[in-house]
Amino acid sequence: MRITGSKARGVILRIVVCIKQVPATSKVQIDEVTGVLRREGIESKLNPYDLYALETAVWIKDKVGGAVTTLTMGPLQAEEAIKESFILGADQGYLVSDRKLAGSDVLATAYTLSQAIRLLDGYDLIICGKQTTDGDTAQVGPEVAEFLEIPHVTWVKKVNEVTEDSIVVEQDLGTSSAILELPYPALITVEKDIFQPRLPSYRRKKLTAAQQVNVLTFSDFLDSDEQKYGLNGSPTQVERVFPPDANEDKVLWEDEPSLLGEKIYMLIKDRNFI
Amino acid sequence: MNYRAIGSDDVRYLESVTAPDRVFFGSDINEDFSHDEMLEYGKYPPEVLVEVVNGDEISEIMRYAYANNIPVTPRGSGTGLCGGAVPLYGGIMISLTRMNKILEIDEENLTVTVEPGVLLMDLAEAVEEKGLFYAPDPGEKTATIGGNVMTNAGGMRAVKYGVTRDYVLGMEVVLPDGEIIEVAGKVAKSSSGYSLKDLLIGSEGTLGIVSTLVLKLLPLPRKMISLLVPFSTLGECIDAVPALFKAKLLPTAVEFMERAVLDASEEYLGKPFPDKSADAYLLLTFDGNTTEEVDRTSDDAAELLLDLGAIDVLIADTEERLEMIWTARGAFLEAIKSSTPQMDECDVVVPLNKVGEFVKYVDQLASGNQVRIETFGHAGDGNVHVYVCKDSMPDSRWEETKESVMQAMYDKAIGLRGQVSGEHGIGHAKKGYLAESIGDRSMQLSAAIKRAFDPKNLLNPGKVHN
Repeated sequence: MRITGSKARGVILRIVVCIKQVPATSKVQIDEVTGVLRREGIESKLNPYDLYALETAVWIKDKVGGAVTTLTMGPLQAEEAIKESFILGADQGYLVSDRKLAGSDVLATAYTLSQAIRLLDGYDLIICGKQTTDGDTAQVGPEVAEFLEIPHVTWVKKVNEVTEDSIVVEQDLGTSSAILELPYPALITVEKDIFQPRLPSYRRKKLTAAQQVNVLTFSDFLDSDEQKYGLNGSPTQVERVFPPDANEDKVLWEDEPSLLGEKIYMLIKDRNFI
Repeated sequence: MNYRAIGSDDVRYLESVTAPDRVFFGSDINEDFSHDEMLEYGKYPPEVLVEVVNGDEISEIMRYAYANNIPVTPRGSGTGLCGGAVPLYGGIMISLTRMNKILEIDEENLTVTVEPGVLLMDLAEAVEEKGLFYAPDPGEKTATIGGNVMTNAGGMRAVKYGVTRDYVLGMEVVLPDGEIIEVAGKVAKSSSGYSLKDLLIGSEGTLGIVSTLVLKLLPLPRKMISLLVPFSTLGECIDAVPALFKAKLLPTAVEFMERAVLDASEEYLGKPFPDKSADAYLLLTFDGNTTEEVDRTSDDAAELLLDLGAIDVLIADTEERLEMIWTARGAFLEAIKSSTPQMDECDVVVPLNKVGEFVKYVDQLASGNQVRIETFGHAGDGNVHVYVCKDSMPDSRWEETKESVMQAMYDKAIGLRGQVSGEHGIGHAKKGYLAESIGDRSMQLSAAIKRAFDPKNLLNPGKVHN
């Protein structure tokens, strides 16, 4: 990639990474009556997709200079997510925590995060993971950008260029890619594997153990209209949550390899997979 | 050895006691059944292959083979590494892979009863769903449990939990003459005469064919954490291990690995390894029932390892992080295999505090003989896996180099009071090394045991000893 700016030239990018704590197990249980995740007794971890966002931020910071701020919303124990981000290279972090924010859907979550970001001392680039492993909506990032009225690009698989004024990224569109330049301030959501996330270092864990997590509450926000937050600000109604039916249909074919290849091709073509 | 060749009458008989669609003859037998994972040890096709579904079928086949002097080779998934489940003398091959039912998970006695063809990965998953734990953890997850028992497979968790032998409580076995006996059973201890069970474990299918196994389970540890520990040199890395034990920090697993093997694994998997800072790594796992307990132990270990010269200690505490590291570790064998046209392997086991000396010796052998030798293995239990790679060496020099390097490694291991095989077995490939290492008297006792079980030498002949 081409780095137009460099630490030497004094480019200081202010990067914000939105992160979330999710259940540590992949076997998430959902209460079928309320449609809410069963979180009792389940340990938490940093959303795996957010690790790619954080790694991207730290990589950019290392290349051109800057500071990485992490931001999360959740109960007080979500402070752990911010502390882990310090181990992984973040410079400072904010936890947004308030009972008034409970029950937030994607819209209310995005609005809350955008309000928190407005309280920061300026920002150039916001980076989010592609989605979370519990909600799986992939909407919070783009909605934050809309609330902040800044440009955004989702599905970023590569950072091509970072300059003092803009970032050039490659967006994965499945069968093609788009190369897009975003002037700051801007938001991107990054794909899995954009950068290999580092493992937490024990040395850094000790080094950052005493670092403070800043806590923001509802009373800090510029917009104090309670109708925009928490359950009040959440138009999403979960009607029913259920595990999908397992499809265990099997067909066994025995034939010459070339004929089998042909048969598989016809089958997936008939079913419109290709 | 004078065995009777298989004819069409034999095939018809085998079909009559099993089923025609489970008997394969001559060219209908897939080439895979003539070798295991080590093609280098030659191909020996069976004359007839029978897929059995229960112990009675095995018994009928053995009775017939015994009466007609036909050799029989039992086989699981064929993932062995020393030519153990390969029919050196043709005859009948009994495939046990269809006997893959988990018969009972007994949550009161903490046991699982299985048929021998159950795959290790399926067994682990089935018991974990009930919050239980089958502790042995051999690297090859698609191996059958019967094969694991017959080689006394070890694996990563041997450091804390022991090996397959420690988890076999009882078995139903078909003897070479077709009689079915039960050996030991669902009891936690036994002082009831010679342990036939322990003779059968690790016998590589030479004494009997297991038709049912009763295995011991443990409660599933609730928390697991791995530490990936980079060191500047392999020497420092391996020397740190005895210090961990001395400090009473008992890990579940301790593996050592070098940059070259990690690079091969990255290339084989097409996935980057999460750290590139060092030439050598220790990989440790700690488990327990609470996060606090596991964190405390792993923090103590981290402090000690930093004192011993570790560059850093990297923490894998989530499913994704654990998978990232252990997938790379799990691919080592396949990665090395795919990096060279031919290789030979040795899985000696030496005392824990001699691993460093052994590995240094192997490095000297490699440079002295101008041959690439990759090592990795279980630093926590002294079991070292060594792979001598042919690469572009001419065939003539390869045979000679391989022989002398392998002999030197076995001699060194025995000199350090080690053993020929830690977990892969003897098969037919390591027979000579076994005889040299345990001596005449032990070999005679071993042969006498074989004769007591199998006077006609029909069951898996030519394995372990001649």
